[in-house]
Amino acid sequence: MEINVQNLKVRFASPAGYVEAVKGVSFTLGREKLGIVGESGSGKSLTARSILKLLPKRACMTSDTLTFDGVDIQHADETAMRQIRGKRAGLIMQDPKYSLNPVMSIGAQIAETWRTHRGGGRMEAFEAAFDLLDQVKIRDPRRVAGAFPMELSGGMGQRAMIAMMLAPNPEILIADEATSALDVSVQAEILRLLENLVTTRGMALLLISHDLPLVSRFCDRVLVMYAGRVVEELKASDLARAQHPYTRGLLECLPSLARPCKRLKTMQRSDAWTA
Amino acid sequence: MDRMIEVDQLSVRFDRLDVVKRISFDVAKGAALGLVGESGSGKSTVLRALAGLNQSWSGAIRFEGNAVEPKRTKGFFRDVQMVFQDPYGSLHPRQTIERVLAEPLLVHGIGDVDARIARAMSEVALPLAMRYRYPHQLSGGQRQRVAIARALIAEPKVLLLDEPTSALDVSIQAEVLNLLADMRESKALTYIMVGHNLAAVAHLCDEIGVMQNGELVERLSAASLRDRRIGNSYTMRLRELSDDIDESFVTHDN
Repeated sequence: MEINVQNLKVRFASPAGYVEAVKGVSFTLGREKLGIVGESGSGKSLTARSILKLLPKRACMTSDTLTFDGVDIQHADETAMRQIRGKRAGLIMQDPKYSLNPVMSIGAQIAETWRTHRGGGRMEAFEAAFDLLDQVKIRDPRRVAGAFPMELSGGMGQRAMIAMMLAPNPEILIADEATSALDVSVQAEILRLLENLVTTRGMALLLISHDLPLVSRFCDRVLVMYAGRVVEELKASDLARAQHPYTRGLLECLPSLARPCKRLKTMQRSDAWTA
Repeated sequence: MDRMIEVDQLSVRFDRLDVVKRISFDVAKGAALGLVGESGSGKSTVLRALAGLNQSWSGAIRFEGNAVEPKRTKGFFRDVQMVFQDPYGSLHPRQTIERVLAEPLLVHGIGDVDARIARAMSEVALPLAMRYRYPHQLSGGQRQRVAIARALIAEPKVLLLDEPTSALDVSIQAEVLNLLADMRESKALTYIMVGHNLAAVAHLCDEIGVMQNGELVERLSAASLRDRRIGNSYTMRLRELSDDIDESFVTHDN
């Protein structure tokens, strides 16, 4: 499985002409943990969603190359995309409250995903759902399977979401700010869980986040995006040694417990970064 | 030292659920107290009870030595102002910034509206050109500045901050935290800030209260928290988790 993205552009039509939100992003992704970081509006989510062709209707996407394991995404029709979306690439979004169906029990939702992609009977699918909930370290899978999303905490909801995404045994998980809405303690658990699953199943992971320290700890490689472009690409463990002034700026304006300071540094933006 | 806020045996119940369980603390004039804890620990509920947004509490709350009733006076709502987490949700979408900022002045019968709005905007470093814009035309950071300007325009004594930077990018968070620190210094304000990011809360507040399951499990200075002079195991766990997040950069920098 390899994702190859070359010169990806995403534009939106506006009364004042086209607004380019992603301005020529290129990267490849194999079996690894790749992080994309940047501020809101930097185009990191649009970049990730382009891979699944899940863009708003008004968006216009172009690229030189956009392939998922050899499949040309840009020219793929909806039938072809359904073989990728969910089945080969799972997407975990920020808030389980919005991405889970509020009027279906957790177990039924996971079983539905299982049957859609793998077929099989109802009973078999429900057994699979219990097993998946168990894999995401839910202590009482049978009880949680019968619960509705509103009855679960944010962390539990996110686990259920991950369980659902694992059902078709995908080759890649795309986590779009999957832990941003969670408490730090829960965040750590979810990340550890993702890490385990990714390693044991040999999946690739694309982690989109605005949290640089988190990405640095968790990923192998990081793309730093600013205003629709990748301004820097580095090994995640080298994030603290980033060269680009934007990346440095993002790191330096973080308050720290270990290094108290009277005033936080603020970002001095430069026009050169967007040139 | 003069006390600005005293909370004595405060409890809040929703139906049969005790959300806040008999907590007591006080905040000196001009000090800043941070309340941290996980979601559901009751930290925001404490803040809302203090602000008068929730009337089903028991115990005693005193501002400048005067006990307040569940129903507050108009003067109270001038002296105590609140800034909310989501700058997208806390500003009226159909009101211009001018209108948003004029509201507290009209409510409290404060004159000189025009000059005060201009001054409030310049204090929070909002360009005056924003004055006749609507919230949707502003960025998240600018909106939070408007929310802070609105809180400050009636010249309050206390600012209650409910996760004021959680919805913002880190670059904007730094600007807003600096602004809040400046305002506290120049206007001698008293702050209570609720947050889940220990580093951000400890940056602004010199005292930290740690909440768990509706109880205040520990109160310690920001310096003790940094140096791990911590008495409670839950506080220690929160501290370790924050450690995880930023320590790697420190070692690399030095």
